[in-house]
Amino acid sequence: MNATPAPATLPREEVIVARGLTRRFGDLVAVDSLDLDVRRAEVYGFLGPNGCGKSTTIRMLCGLLAPSAGEVRVLGHALPRDAEAVKRSIGYMTQKFSLYDDLSVRENLEFLAAVHGLRGENARRRLDSLYERYRLDDLRPRLAGTLSGGQKQRLALAAAVLHEPELLLLDEPTSAVDPQSRRDFWDSLFDLAEAGTTLVVSTHYMDEAERCHRLAILDRGRLVADGSPQALMANLPGATFRVDCAEPRRMQQALSALPHVLGVAQIGASLRVLTDRRDDGSWLDSQVRAVETEARVEPTSPNLEDVFVAATRTRPAAPHRDTERTA
Amino acid sequence: MNLARLLAVVRKELVQLARDRLTFAMIVGIPTLQLLLFGFAINLDIRHLPAAVLDQADTARSRELVAELASSQVLDFRYRAALPQQLEELMRRGRISAAVVIPPDFEARFEQADRPAWQVIVDGSDQSVQAAARQLATFPLASLDYGGAASRPGAAAVPGVEIVNFYNPQRRAPVNTVPGLIGVILAMTMVIFTAMAIVRERERGNMEMLIATPLSPFELTLGKVLPYVGIGLVQVSLILLLGWFVFGVPVRGSLFDVYLVALLYIGAMLMLGVFISTLARSQFQAMQMAFFTFLPQILLSGFMFPYEGMPVAAQWLAEIFPLTHFLRLIRGIMLREAGIGELWPEMAALAAFIVVMLAIAVRRFRKTLD
Repeated sequence: MNATPAPATLPREEVIVARGLTRRFGDLVAVDSLDLDVRRAEVYGFLGPNGCGKSTTIRMLCGLLAPSAGEVRVLGHALPRDAEAVKRSIGYMTQKFSLYDDLSVRENLEFLAAVHGLRGENARRRLDSLYERYRLDDLRPRLAGTLSGGQKQRLALAAAVLHEPELLLLDEPTSAVDPQSRRDFWDSLFDLAEAGTTLVVSTHYMDEAERCHRLAILDRGRLVADGSPQALMANLPGATFRVDCAEPRRMQQALSALPHVLGVAQIGASLRVLTDRRDDGSWLDSQVRAVETEARVEPTSPNLEDVFVAATRTRPAAPHRDTERTA
Repeated sequence: MNLARLLAVVRKELVQLARDRLTFAMIVGIPTLQLLLFGFAINLDIRHLPAAVLDQADTARSRELVAELASSQVLDFRYRAALPQQLEELMRRGRISAAVVIPPDFEARFEQADRPAWQVIVDGSDQSVQAAARQLATFPLASLDYGGAASRPGAAAVPGVEIVNFYNPQRRAPVNTVPGLIGVILAMTMVIFTAMAIVRERERGNMEMLIATPLSPFELTLGKVLPYVGIGLVQVSLILLLGWFVFGVPVRGSLFDVYLVALLYIGAMLMLGVFISTLARSQFQAMQMAFFTFLPQILLSGFMFPYEGMPVAAQWLAEIFPLTHFLRLIRGIMLREAGIGELWPEMAALAAFIVVMLAIAVRRFRKTLD
């Protein structure tokens, strides 16, 4: 999957600007001094494991949660002060399906249209276009609770964009659907971006993250890397190699224990090794031969997973963003 | 406050209610069941109390008295005792709840009328028996304590016998219970329904989506609560109709007043439900808390036990409960033909309860959204 290049013709207007955004729940720091810049009509991804602060960040950007510290401006409005103004021009798709299970597709959308102040002919026209675009026409009388995962997701997206928001925030929107529905869903997201909507999407799927125009990697509430997926892969602080050997499990154990080795993953019969040494592989080659003389080492191109592993593993050694701030 | 958004919530809530068969069944089922239950089964006219008789006089008049008591069906004479000690024994073992004692000088006492001629002993450990005996005791005939049985804690001699009411066993009939039942049923259904309806929105995650829309918490709450005002009035009508057809309970005062008072009381119950919804995290908790408010109301309001008979502290507590005031209002209007004007302090108390609950709920609502 290749990422669509960010449209260069559109104005590079900042839709979200956050500085030192922090949220604490008691002693737990869920989001720790986050700096973000999201531009208009870009698809901006939050990548990170569960519990890394993705959902909390998105909730703060929606005005649902007040930050414990830091400043954030969304669409030119300061949060949480102007939360009500922001709510008129954003759409939010929750992680868990949050429409009414006991209302039909049509009743759900009509309710939300009324909540957003759409009336009469305007509402009807808008809903008709949504039924068509998100293939909900035949599902109109069905209760939302009886829909499949993919259908629910299309309904939730239709509900989130009903009032044509400038900014759409999606919290792990594809966690409950099959691969085909995921592909269709991402096509819908790019349609929206092309029409000028800014999208912020959280995910823990690498392939989805790779499709974003820009990406922030979060780990335990901190931003550990950000940039376009291509730039992140190109600037990987290390190198990746493929190791072919007879006993991959034994080799993996041996290599994992070494300094400079950030990650070892078995891919079929071979191993994929990430090191923090940007060399041609001679160092790794010597280490590998010490375990198994017949083993071979070949450089490979880094992928986003390598970036993710490098970013989350090297944090204690290279907290460059944090030292800047605390210094 | 935006009217279009408010109506959108009301419409949505009605559609959901119409689809929720369980709630719908509860709206009609609870009042019907409770009315029949309280009307027939939990009859506070206690009859067939197991009793013993000790007739030490054994004259024609005393035998006549015993026969009369037996035919009243209030007491069911199962034992004839020869000695006072036997009565004590029977009562201690729980064989009898009451005993009638006719002393040897019964005739002389009856003629002179200076001392109680005869005596009823009741098992004071049972509240309802005691209440029943008090019913019998409007006549201040006998105030004499009966030896050991009276001085022992848990057993008390009750003075005299109410003769007139022996022939009117329907004295505390549903006529008294039905008006109070309106209050009890609304206290149960209104609080549970509203608290659960609001908490459900949060529990199922709908709230998270709604917060990101222009819909305000106030619009959402009001929109969700309004349909229940209508439902409450439907329940009032249902109880009045059933009370009239099944038990012949009249509405002696103005029907308009009845509904006006009911409306105010429904408002108080809904606000209590809204308040609970701000505390509860799950529908189950909401249900528990609703019961927590329901029980003291039913016990202290004067629905089950007379307000006048309660300790002062309990009376003060009872004054807080909306049900206490509603009972005074509805009994006054339905049974004593009182006008609202005469009962205005009770109306004011209900209104004050609404205002206080609303104020607390609004404050708490803001917090829970964060």
